[in-house]
Amino acid sequence: MAEFTMPSLGADMDEGTLLEWLVEPGDLVRKGDPVAVVETAKSTIEVECFETGTLAELLVEPGTTVPVGTPLALIGVPARKPEHPAGEEKPHTTREPRKATQPEVSGRTGDAAKRRAARRAPKNGRPAEPPPLPPDATVPVPTTARQDVHTEAGPLVRHLAEQSGVDLETLHGSGPGGRVTRTDVEEAAAARRPRLRATPLARRLAAEMGVDLAMVRGTGKDSAIRAADVRHGALGPAAEAPSPHVGAPTERPSAERLSRDRGIAMRRAIAGLVSRANRDIPHYYLSTTVDMAAAMEWLHEHNRRSPLGERLLPAALLLKAAALAARDVPELNGSWTDDHFTAGEGVHLGVAVSLRGGGLVAPALHHADTLALPQLMTALKDLVTRARTGRLRGSEVSDATITVTNLGDQGVETVFGVIYPPQVALVGFGRVVDRPCAVDGMLGVRPVVTATLSADHRATDGAVGARYLTAVTHLLQNPEQL
Amino acid sequence: MNINRTDALDMVREAISRVVPDADFAALGPDDAFRDALEMDSLDFLSFVEVLSERSGVRIEDEDASRLTTLAGSADFLVARAG
Repeated sequence: MAEFTMPSLGADMDEGTLLEWLVEPGDLVRKGDPVAVVETAKSTIEVECFETGTLAELLVEPGTTVPVGTPLALIGVPARKPEHPAGEEKPHTTREPRKATQPEVSGRTGDAAKRRAARRAPKNGRPAEPPPLPPDATVPVPTTARQDVHTEAGPLVRHLAEQSGVDLETLHGSGPGGRVTRTDVEEAAAARRPRLRATPLARRLAAEMGVDLAMVRGTGKDSAIRAADVRHGALGPAAEAPSPHVGAPTERPSAERLSRDRGIAMRRAIAGLVSRANRDIPHYYLSTTVDMAAAMEWLHEHNRRSPLGERLLPAALLLKAAALAARDVPELNGSWTDDHFTAGEGVHLGVAVSLRGGGLVAPALHHADTLALPQLMTALKDLVTRARTGRLRGSEVSDATITVTNLGDQGVETVFGVIYPPQVALVGFGRVVDRPCAVDGMLGVRPVVTATLSADHRATDGAVGARYLTAVTHLLQNPEQL
Repeated sequence: MNINRTDALDMVREAISRVVPDADFAALGPDDAFRDALEMDSLDFLSFVEVLSERSGVRIEDEDASRLTTLAGSADFLVARAG
């Protein structure tokens, strides 16, 4: 009997709240299957199973917060005859957790064959496999009906319905066999809400922070709610009124407090992590200006002759170059623990995604160095979408071997980041800008980007870091080889 | 394929709606910079371009992005490019 324990989902995590089980006793689970949803201070994450076997017993109820390492469930390893601790209950032998329909961009999810296929994929060619399904396609999932509600819906959909205040009983399911899908719930939830003017960023932010838009006063055009209003609505009271505002007419104080707590918890988690990084890691910083003329020309040409879905953003080239350079300079790709460096198994490129609610997550693009650019672009879109609105996988938040922060969209030219422990390097890219440059003795205007490296001096010296940035520079001069 | 300006404007609105499901066009003037007004990031804008190109049948290159900043400008662009 193996124990499935609360995993450590990043260096900043001490405890986690089990939100939901995606499996139940008797289910067959395989290594890499998502089995539970865990909430940390920073995000909600689908946690994968470490074992293959039959789920014997759930030890922790949803809603419980437990320290990292606490046993959550017992799994019967199937070397022997399957055992049924629950007595006469038979295992649901055919049940497949949502694995089969999940977009597969992560590497360490047990599906090594797919990973190998991805690695074999032709560079610059069409992807070897269809692009990951949109998030909607991940539901409905096959599931056994449970609870007292007889409407057919998967646990994720139930969870969503609960959160959105939608009564599943009133829905007409559009999925196979009348099953209620995520889209059904979302549409019902949208219909329930009075029409509000709000920017997409504000909506995204409100969803992330658990803020009810109806409670936010918009300051945008025609009273449209802007992101800043949501932030103000969620965090403002905490800053302005430390004591509970007794007289203030708040209709939904609990929701407001919840989102405020969430924002504070997120900030605290980040504070703990970066403080530790700054205290423990002697950073050194390098910077160089990279000529992007060849890369941008190649990019535009690629986009001109590519199908719509394979259009690339400059970020895709920068990320790929960063990943390949990490393979070339393996001293920067891995972790520093117990006074020694351990090289990463593969390049799992952390991508800093701003949640703009004051939050930040840096999930990993697994084996980014092996992804052809269109695949990398697809994986990036999927990762960013899930980081902001959906769910990340446990392996994505804990596996990164080196991280990239790209603040180009925010308009800045240079960023020197703080390393995510236990990683040993963080790569920064700013905006691609036109600048006067000396080329072959002549002054010309060229697109350039500032590439920076923050590296752990315990693990490497400046010469290694210099080799890394030089590799990035060279790679970007030959974009057709990315 | 010819596109008249009314259809073009509809296509632009529809493409924006696909990316920003509840964009409020009553609040968005024809000459407002919608990317800023709707707080679209570069991934959002890329999706907008993908949908607009698909719906109109007009190929849109990276260089055309500067002509797709307002509703009116985007509609003019489609009319000119389709004709």
